[in-house]
Amino acid sequence: MSVTYLEAIRAAQEKALTDDPRVFIYGQDVGAFGGAFKATKNLAAEFPGRVMDAPLSEDAIVGLAVGAAIEGARPIVEMQFADFSTVGFNQIVNQAATLYYRTEVPCPIVVRLPSGGTLGAGPFHSQSMEAVYAHYPGLVVMTPATVEDAYSMMLEAVAIDDPVIFCEHKLLYYHLKADKLPDSAQPVGKARIARAGRDATVVTYSAMLHESLQAAEDLVEDGWQIEVIDLRTVKPLDTDTILASVARTGRLLVVGEAWPWGGVNAEVISRVATEGFGLLDAAPMRLNARDTPVPYHPDLWAAHRPTASAIAARLRQLLTQ
Amino acid sequence: MVMAVKEKMVVRTDLDSALLVRAYRVMLLARATEDKLASLYRAGMIKGGVFLGKGQEALSTASSIFLQKGDIFGPLIRDQAGRLAFGDTVLDTFRTYLGSVKGPMRGRDGNIHRGRPREGYYAMISHLGALVPVVAGGLYARRLRGETGVVGVTSIGDGGTSTGAFHEGINLAAVEHLPLVVVIANNQYAYSTPNSRQFACADLLDKAAGYGIAGFKCDGTNPVACLETLQLAVQAAREGNGPQMVVATLLRLVGHGEHDDAGYVDAALRQANVGRDCLEVGATQLIGSDLASGEEIAVWTKEAQAQVEAALNIAQREKGPDPAEEDWRAISTERLVDGHHDLEDE
Ligand SMILES: Cc1ncc(C[n+]2csc(CCOP(=O)(O)OP(=O)(O)O)c2C)c(N)n1
Ligand SMILES: [Mg+2]
Repeated sequence: MSVTYLEAIRAAQEKALTDDPRVFIYGQDVGAFGGAFKATKNLAAEFPGRVMDAPLSEDAIVGLAVGAAIEGARPIVEMQFADFSTVGFNQIVNQAATLYYRTEVPCPIVVRLPSGGTLGAGPFHSQSMEAVYAHYPGLVVMTPATVEDAYSMMLEAVAIDDPVIFCEHKLLYYHLKADKLPDSAQPVGKARIARAGRDATVVTYSAMLHESLQAAEDLVEDGWQIEVIDLRTVKPLDTDTILASVARTGRLLVVGEAWPWGGVNAEVISRVATEGFGLLDAAPMRLNARDTPVPYHPDLWAAHRPTASAIAARLRQLLTQ
Repeated sequence: MVMAVKEKMVVRTDLDSALLVRAYRVMLLARATEDKLASLYRAGMIKGGVFLGKGQEALSTASSIFLQKGDIFGPLIRDQAGRLAFGDTVLDTFRTYLGSVKGPMRGRDGNIHRGRPREGYYAMISHLGALVPVVAGGLYARRLRGETGVVGVTSIGDGGTSTGAFHEGINLAAVEHLPLVVVIANNQYAYSTPNSRQFACADLLDKAAGYGIAGFKCDGTNPVACLETLQLAVQAAREGNGPQMVVATLLRLVGHGEHDDAGYVDAALRQANVGRDCLEVGATQLIGSDLASGEEIAVWTKEAQAQVEAALNIAQREKGPDPAEEDWRAISTERLVDGHHDLEDE
């Protein structure tokens, strides 16, 4: 039996509903329909009254979750696409994210964001919003790249007393498979060395992990051993694991699917430059999507985001510097 | 302010017969275009989703057919017909779905996310409700420029009425007394979500009174009723009576998108009046009023299909954008482009 990334997210929500009566799910079409991507399939029938279709009102959906959290509930809200969370942005960054700091009352909500580009999805069904949310104090931002992490991090997201932005990548939903769900997990906030190497470090997360692993594989025939780090959560950012890797390899490439200006990549490079400048044998490099909306046409899209071949080419530059 | 709630279900009409025929032929063309889009989707020739307006052609056509050059139209998901009635073409429709560089969106955006803003044809974003204040803004600017008699029409679904942008946009338009017509296609569902989980008012039209604007109601499956209602609403807006709300009841006769079998739709609704096909109703009306014969309608249908084939032939031969030639810049002020693209050299 194998389980997909999407099924893992569904299974984790099912377990959270089973284990904790405070948990409920609220979002557009999440009820009998099981969600636009089927991440809540059958859950409405299994847990009557706890998995509810919401009106088309993201602002109110997140606001409802915050109010319920104040009263001790553990809501999971689904945005139909990450892109639509902009409509609930105020409630996320000003209400949920400031509550604990202002009142000492924590805000244990999970906002699920089906994120990232897919073929033909265009400007409004493709966005990667982790950096935007990470910018605001008061939020934990998760970006699982594996089936195991999708499962265990979703469970942790519900258990954590603070608001969690759960960025799940749509490109991984159906293709990414594991043999079974994990029984244990690395702690949230710790990065993982997805592939060990000695010549350069690639720091990445979410779907770009798989492009980066492919690039690392492509460089084997040239004799290069690339270390690939999966951040898992972008906030908190596990600077120690990154610095320890750069100390071994001396070279750093950071890869992300989001836009370049002020993002996760910029933050990683900034930390390595300020805290580990002496570890670097070459200037650090980065790859992001281009600084335009995500284009619709498949050819434009392929040139808009980093791909394994673009990563491999950039690594070759880095290694010969 | 007058509250004009009108119920128009009659087949006898004062509408110009040429207009009735023109509207029906637009509906036929939209249906033929969308049937073709559905088959292209099934053949894997369109990347991304396909979202059709089957069953909503009468309302959509009526939404824009009374607009003139200089007016503003902000269509939404199910408005293939209204788009054509406003001057969009079948060719540009296919160009946008296929990502042709010659289309208005040049492969940068696709499917229903198309428009030509300079021609008053606004290009929707996906975020529902967002267009209401934007069309209001277009009208506001026209008024500032001293233009009179301009009308803006935008449409939305039952689901979209639950957005903050819808509420804020209409309220603002009412405060500003703008000539905005908001056409609400109450097709009973927002994706899978039934009206019972969407709003608690007895009738969406009740909202008009809350905003202090005029409201009209019509049967969205009845082309004559849609045309009569929209004619009144557009005229009222044009004459300076402020925002107008039109609520039409109907059913979408396809899935939310072509990936969706719409199994959640109540079978009783499909059998009810609301589930009628407006093209069939329209044919009955034309034949019943001696404006066309069944044979003529069959010929028009063939002509529409031929027009669709011809347009598709052209669009299919056109190139998509070349990433190497693409101007990767998202602002118009060239000297202010940030210019940082990690991927530039690849
Ligand atoms: C702000 C926002 N949230 C969610 C969505 C995703 N979405 C696209 S269409 C749709 C249902 C729309 O229903 P309705 O407004 O009734 O229009 P219909 O599809 O029935 O024509 C949803 C939820 C969206 N486009 N915008
Ligand atoms: Mg609807």
